[in-house]
Amino acid sequence: MYKFLARRLLSTIPVLAIVAVLVFLMLRLTPGDPAAILAGDAANTEQIARIREGLGLDRPLPVQFAIWAKSILSGDLGESFYFKMKVTSLIGQRLEATLSLATLTIIFAVFTAVPLGVLAAWRFGGWFDRILMGFSVMGFSVPVFVLAYILIWIVSLKLGWLPVQGYKPIAEGFGPFIRHLILPAITLSVIYIALIARVTRASVLEALGEDYIRTARAKGLPESRVLIRHALTNAAVPIVTVIGIGIALLIGGVVVTESVYAIPGLGRLTVDAVLARDFPTIQGVILFFSVIYVMINLLVDLSYVFFDPRIRY
Amino acid sequence: MAFSRKLAAFAAFATLAAAGVALAQEKVLRIVPHSNLAILDPIWTTAYMSRNHGYMIYDTLFGTDEKNQIKPQMVEEWTASPDKRLWTFKLRKGLEFHDGKAVTSEDVVASIARWGKRDAMGTALMTFVDRMDTPAPDTFRIFLREACGFLLEALGKPSSNVLFIMPKRVADTDAFKQIDDYTGSGPYIFKRDEFKPGDKAVYLRNAKYVPRKEGPSGSAGGKNVYVDRVEWNLALRDAQAQANALVNGEVDVLEAPAFESVEGLKKAANVQILNPAPAGLQYMARFNHLHKPFDNPAVRRAALAAFSQEPFLKAQVGLKEYYRPCASMFTCGTPYGSPAGSDIQSKSNMKKAQELLKSSGYDGTPVLIMKPTDLASIQKLPDVAAQLLRQAGFKVDLQAMDWQTLVGRRSKKDAPDKGGWHMFLTAWQAHDIWNPIANAALDARGEKSGWFGWASDDKLNDLRAQFMRETDDAKKKQLAEAVQARAFEIGTHAPLGEYVQPVAARKNISGFFTTNGNLYWNLKKN
Amino acid sequence: MATDSAAEALSTESAAVVRQDSAMQRLRRNWSVRIGGVVLLALVFIALAAPLLGTVDPTLFDAGSRDLTPGQSGEITTLDGDSIKHTFIMGSDSFGRDIYSRVLYGTRVSLMVGAFSAVVALVFGILLGLLSGYLRWLDGPLMRVMDGVMAIPAILIAIALVAMWRASLLSVIIAIAIPEIPRVTRLVRSLVLTIREEPYVEAAISLGTPAWKIMLFHILPNTVAPLLVQGTYICAAGILVEAILSFLGVGLPPDIPTWGNIMAEGRVQFVTFPHNVLFPGIFLALTVLAVNILGDGLRDTLDPKMARRS
Repeated sequence: MYKFLARRLLSTIPVLAIVAVLVFLMLRLTPGDPAAILAGDAANTEQIARIREGLGLDRPLPVQFAIWAKSILSGDLGESFYFKMKVTSLIGQRLEATLSLATLTIIFAVFTAVPLGVLAAWRFGGWFDRILMGFSVMGFSVPVFVLAYILIWIVSLKLGWLPVQGYKPIAEGFGPFIRHLILPAITLSVIYIALIARVTRASVLEALGEDYIRTARAKGLPESRVLIRHALTNAAVPIVTVIGIGIALLIGGVVVTESVYAIPGLGRLTVDAVLARDFPTIQGVILFFSVIYVMINLLVDLSYVFFDPRIRY
Repeated sequence: MAFSRKLAAFAAFATLAAAGVALAQEKVLRIVPHSNLAILDPIWTTAYMSRNHGYMIYDTLFGTDEKNQIKPQMVEEWTASPDKRLWTFKLRKGLEFHDGKAVTSEDVVASIARWGKRDAMGTALMTFVDRMDTPAPDTFRIFLREACGFLLEALGKPSSNVLFIMPKRVADTDAFKQIDDYTGSGPYIFKRDEFKPGDKAVYLRNAKYVPRKEGPSGSAGGKNVYVDRVEWNLALRDAQAQANALVNGEVDVLEAPAFESVEGLKKAANVQILNPAPAGLQYMARFNHLHKPFDNPAVRRAALAAFSQEPFLKAQVGLKEYYRPCASMFTCGTPYGSPAGSDIQSKSNMKKAQELLKSSGYDGTPVLIMKPTDLASIQKLPDVAAQLLRQAGFKVDLQAMDWQTLVGRRSKKDAPDKGGWHMFLTAWQAHDIWNPIANAALDARGEKSGWFGWASDDKLNDLRAQFMRETDDAKKKQLAEAVQARAFEIGTHAPLGEYVQPVAARKNISGFFTTNGNLYWNLKKN
Repeated sequence: MATDSAAEALSTESAAVVRQDSAMQRLRRNWSVRIGGVVLLALVFIALAAPLLGTVDPTLFDAGSRDLTPGQSGEITTLDGDSIKHTFIMGSDSFGRDIYSRVLYGTRVSLMVGAFSAVVALVFGILLGLLSGYLRWLDGPLMRVMDGVMAIPAILIAIALVAMWRASLLSVIIAIAIPEIPRVTRLVRSLVLTIREEPYVEAAISLGTPAWKIMLFHILPNTVAPLLVQGTYICAAGILVEAILSFLGVGLPPDIPTWGNIMAEGRVQFVTFPHNVLFPGIFLALTVLAVNILGDGLRDTLDPKMARRS
């Protein structure tokens, strides 16, 4: 098991290295001059050249990459061109908001979608199943921001139940923290629920067709035990897999949700950094997201051991 | 008996305590500025956000009041020698930086030097300055090589770059590097540890600030602060979300509500729409004088003739009460805002434009217009420009890009099909363009250092230089008119009309005064 | 008598030939395919016939006709300078452009973006998957690079690519396709690996059949079904991603109307003039829904193994 863990961790290193190279190249090889942007409206070409020198953008590409790579390995993601802060500080400031939103979304999505999916599989072919599948396809089809605007209009403006925008850190009280996160989490979770519900349903359906389910029922076990203890645990592997893969979808949704609800998180940071050609921040944030994604999928792989004793590392 | 007396006492105590709590509660003013605050050095960049940040925490030597007169701010009194070549200034008493040190003339001279390396008017001024000295801690002197007509206007200029006074140790920073010490002497103190870029900026009331006795007017007058804390909400970028937040009471002031939201906001309870900056802003279209077809003044004049201002204003602003055409390259309503020489644009029609284009020898080169996709305040202008040019007979290539790419691209002098451009459109605040020196579009020194577009005309340069040296007001007006007439003749750029940007605020915020920027002292939260 | 006919019925001579349903027949009978297919055909028709369906040039605007509610009429100035009267069936936006025309012309772009990004992703995915499955030495490094690309959130790649490059149809299509390529590559690669072990392929190899012939005649035909299904999902995702890019301000330039940028421009007025967002939103949702349903139907009929798995 530990050998597996070590091997897996080691194999993530080349992947992350490739991510670093890809991101670096993507930024440097495309047009757009950060120096001109920073110099401002009334600057002339000479002033822009001086600024470019100050940012180190006039050195050859391999040298720039080597400098950046070296600093990453010592934990320093560089300094933002735009904000005059260390990228690690910027990420640190925005991390709480995105983390809170993502966690709340995942919890809400999993605890909604899994039971729905189990129910749909249990009543396969019935009206509940059809409605759920219908909703789930619709969940994939509506753009996140349209859903957000409709929700805000109904819940915040017409009914006045929840605030329109903003984020309150948990340090300022749990109540306001939750109140500001409810709508964004619901908006973000819709597509996640759609995905998880489908996979849960299919996976549980497959498990329900197995012999051991017939045995359990024949033994006289209550249906709830059959469903949860036997069917669900055996169906868990694909469900957990899709939860891990769905993180990628989540990140996409986070960018839009943070924009609409004015949550100062990492998604917004990335968009702003891209628009400002703030290379160090873009590189740093994308690298950060990739590391998170890789780690989560590693956790997912490890969790298989709990759900399926047949899987041994 | 005793019981009810105790009850009464308790009730009285409770009310007093509640009142005490209310009194002790902080007054926080929550403002949503028009953009993100990224650069905290208002000398390093001309961005209006950085300038507004500067106005919060720094003070200026002079200010410009609502009648566009220069009024002293940090300066107590000043004298000029009869030949106007030696100016002596004395500072007010009680001026202190946020770290408790007094503001001295050395700080002032260092600040002027740094500002004079970056600002357009400042660099022009420095060509006249022989030297500056500090005979006493509260006195500084400026020695000029020859008399110049705009010394005070430069020192008191209200808009980018503003001459903010910083401590000497900060002002000694290289003018091409950003500062990282934000000590100032202004009415607010920057709470640096609470600053989160893209999230919020926090300013605390400077209890030690000594305001002038006069009422506030523009960037001059007394800067009294009646709130304890000001928070700039930098996270709220979506126009729809901004309007919703104001209506819901989650923020107090919207610096620049989208025009599309204004009608809806007017109807909302507890929201007021104000117009604290009536001088407004002016739209303009800038030609690239280096490449075909706009290297030919006749083609530029044809475009000028096609650019009637109404369509631009109707499309971008839409609400009649907030825009007006203005046949001047300087702001209408200011001393130099006359229509001299503007007939080519203001008294034209599409037929005339078509004729002018035909007779100019235009060879069909498509005009590359850069359109920003993420700046709601100006993003409709290029579409109108494209449509009008097409009607006049031009071929147009409308290219969309985000503002940052645009800013990067417009500094390139290459041919448009090799990464350059033919035209871009933008907006300037009134005070950035209202005289021939500040107005960057009238700098006609060509490729050397002129503003983007690189207009080149010796006659225009000559007239501008004369204006700089002139000290008599009547003659200055004449020269300004001559400058403008020449500019229209050679087609430096096309002024596209003026508009005012209203401010939206909750009804319980009072104390708005006529400003020439976004100034946040004097506001009360009731 | 009865036994005679019974015996007749049982005789091999008179045995009726029972036809197995072909794939096409199964497809046609599946409800999902029917519904999704019909809706898509209708949309393709709208896209092709847009100029004939009572529309005007979608880039024309007249500031005097801005913000009209659906059903009102106003004026539009053409390029020659004439003014025409026009009824704005779906209202007008803040420029004064006809939303009905923009939505109909937008169908073209949105369908093209979806279809072409799927095609690009599939083509490159097939190529890379074949190479990876066939050339052992290439497999390891190529899969690592694919892992790298998959680790970067797709939307961030798309935003960065489009913002850095020029915002054009080509850059948007490529930016949407790139993050989808790894999944297609994996799919094709796993198919290649399984089919390679099949005896008939071993036989073909030993007969001296060149590699490209094996790929073309043995491997590719087996990939058609799952790739078709995958393609529909990429198409649906592509249309949604384009909308998100427009929303964030890094999408196609507004004079190419897409549902995404009609909504992006109109969102400031959502509370006062919701028609700006609702009409293109409905079309968008319908299209993506239809494509998704079609994909589900295809998967159910063509590849039952995949069907059970998801």
